Amino acid sequence: MNHTHEKDHDHDHDHTVVPSDPALRVKALESLLVAKGLVDRAAVDALVDTYQHKIGPRNGARVVARAWSDPAYKQRLLSDPDAAIAELGYGGLQGEHMVVVENTPTIHNLVVCTLCSCYPWPVLGLPPVWYKSAPYRSRAVIDPRGILREFGLELEETIELRVWDSTAELRYLVLPERPAGTDGWQEAQLAECVTRDAMIGVARIAPIQHGAPA
Amino acid sequence: MNGVHDLGGMHGLGPIQEENNEPVFHAKWEERAFGITRAMGTWQLWNLDASRFQRELIAPVDYLRWSYYERWIRALEELMLKTHLVSRAELDTGRPDAGSTIHAPKLTAENVSVLASKGSPAKRDVPVTASFGVGQSVRARNINPVGHTRLPRYVRGKVGTIDRDHGVFVFPDTNALFLGEKPQHVYSVRFAARELWGAAASPHDSVYVDLWDDYLEPV
Repeated sequence: MNHTHEKDHDHDHDHTVVPSDPALRVKALESLLVAKGLVDRAAVDALVDTYQHKIGPRNGARVVARAWSDPAYKQRLLSDPDAAIAELGYGGLQGEHMVVVENTPTIHNLVVCTLCSCYPWPVLGLPPVWYKSAPYRSRAVIDPRGILREFGLELEETIELRVWDSTAELRYLVLPERPAGTDGWQEAQLAECVTRDAMIGVARIAPIQHGAPA
Repeated sequence: MNGVHDLGGMHGLGPIQEENNEPVFHAKWEERAFGITRAMGTWQLWNLDASRFQRELIAPVDYLRWSYYERWIRALEELMLKTHLVSRAELDTGRPDAGSTIHAPKLTAENVSVLASKGSPAKRDVPVTASFGVGQSVRARNINPVGHTRLPRYVRGKVGTIDRDHGVFVFPDTNALFLGEKPQHVYSVRFAARELWGAAASPHDSVYVDLWDDYLEPV
């Protein structure tokens, strides 16, 4: 293949006039699907709004805070997670079958999907780019301690590290350890300190230094 | 298929790139790509496993260089072509072919909250005998299907222990090809890191992988 020929074809090897710029391509596709009556723009707007504003990691944070506050709830969350999560009004798409794994002083859990991007949407929302990226998916199973180090967590050698690869339709939520310095906190205060990364297992929740937030 | 999507255990793909205060979407087109893909799924002309398989069929070099939602949109186009929802000419021109059927959208804005809150469970309430019990040693089969599979390469031929039985689920290998749901037990199988990666791995580490009955054999 000579240089000129290669240049003529640019990146587009499927011999179509569909733009390779994804923004233009998606715009053209949406127009087509609306014109054909296959897609309703308002439904697309509602889907985007749902996952941009209504469903996200604050849901999971409330689940975790409830588990820290109420030992009976925590038991239900670990033994029947779908029902326990539904008690708080969450559940559904990409979280139909939940598993909750608990961090303890001797066990740390880490969640990955090596094959695609499986993630518990009802409690954590849509996954961050790094979770879906090749670097995370490739190394979380072979070098999980190295991954944790990149996130700033040096895991003690004696701690048992459990990596959960979401290869089926089970979706995993890590129940982090309650941080020191939160004695007597209300559930809403506790939820404020729960991070998305701690519920994936790439971070711990740092001890609280300055007492309860105002 | 032994595709580039099966990334577990690979080296050389670079550092994790974390973004502080990351937005849910990084561009307007990502929002639309997400919404269109979910909306088109409600026509039920394909299923989740078929969608995953279509993304796995993207050429390896493109799979790695395209962004996440670009892969979604390319796979969606292929699924719509295969199911004759759109023609190649329509994708090229962005306009319906003369005389083509005009449908009424399946998903309306009013149904979105139901779609999100109901989901589409993959668990099946049918009596199927479990081949393995909790605590049993099993070997992940050394198989190399050319179609869709959720048996990652890094566990094939390796020995693990059944940690729990999740119940009966749709089998992706057949479902992705529209060959039936073939419901069967899914287990969480615990593999010691040293079984997977050798003596250099930490003796305290393990990987739990959710595997279907057909992926396993007794030791």
